[in-house]
Amino acid sequence: MRLGARDETGFQRIVLNMTPMIDVCFQLLIFFMLTLKVFATEGDFDIKMPLAAMSEATPKEVENPPIVVRMKADSRGRLTEILLTERPLKSFQELREEIKALCAGRDATTLEVELDCDYVLRYEYVMEAITHVSGYVDQSGNIVKLIEKIKFKPARGGPEE
Amino acid sequence: MKIFRHHVASARCDPDMTPMIDVTFQLIIFFMLTINFVTEDQSERIKLPESELAKPPEAPWESPIILQLTAAKPPTVIVGGDEVGLSLIRGILQREKQRLQELGRSAAKATIIIRADRDAQTGTLQKLIKECQDLGFERFVLRAREKYIAVSQRT
Repeated sequence: MRLGARDETGFQRIVLNMTPMIDVCFQLLIFFMLTLKVFATEGDFDIKMPLAAMSEATPKEVENPPIVVRMKADSRGRLTEILLTERPLKSFQELREEIKALCAGRDATTLEVELDCDYVLRYEYVMEAITHVSGYVDQSGNIVKLIEKIKFKPARGGPEE
Repeated sequence: MKIFRHHVASARCDPDMTPMIDVTFQLIIFFMLTINFVTEDQSERIKLPESELAKPPEAPWESPIILQLTAAKPPTVIVGGDEVGLSLIRGILQREKQRLQELGRSAAKATIIIRADRDAQTGTLQKLIKECQDLGFERFVLRAREKYIAVSQRT
């Protein structure tokens, strides 16, 4: 702090020495800039994979059998066909519309989707199916949930088969 | 003349530092808020699939174990900084289970977070889940990258 000269009104001006503060600020700025790593936000999907899936179905499951979404793939893992309970669908969007219709007027928490995929199918298609089955983003940007209970059937056509 | 020269020599230039300090503080605050120290669990090799419904969990997962499945051939799993083949994952999970038991927690309550590459095979992912299930792990979450969808594409 430096006590400066009196100004024209006769008051003494106090001039702060800003140099150390600016030094520290720049050090901090450089530290944060160098340690910054930009990652996209990540989110999680809860999937139900209980050990009981291998044993007999519970009475509740018998009452409400899972909705089977079958996804077929070519040898390179690309999706070739989507079937909803044996009925072919054109796109994931259509799958979402069908699931919406199934959920209408029912308690969606009692419904369950079972994914039946080919072994070589790329995981991105599975994630797409999970996304379209579990909900959608409405016009105002809110997430509307559909069926959240999702499980897998053992993959078809694996190397051990 | 002499007085004039003296006057010129002693003139001080005091630039106004306020705007610069303001901007610097704004930048520091921006970097402080965006910094992410937890990066060792996010391998850059894994290209996560995208989903518009992927939102960060509201509460942290209980006893999380992060398994990162690569799309390499043969497939490998990155766990705790080590990259191992699918056949060796059982040993690592066994150790994790023992560690949880020592801490008085059960494997059934632990959460397995799967960060699988979007090109990984679904069958491999299911094999990985099966290995976990065989050891008593029951809770699984699949991680995806958040995707922004434009208002016109919303349903």
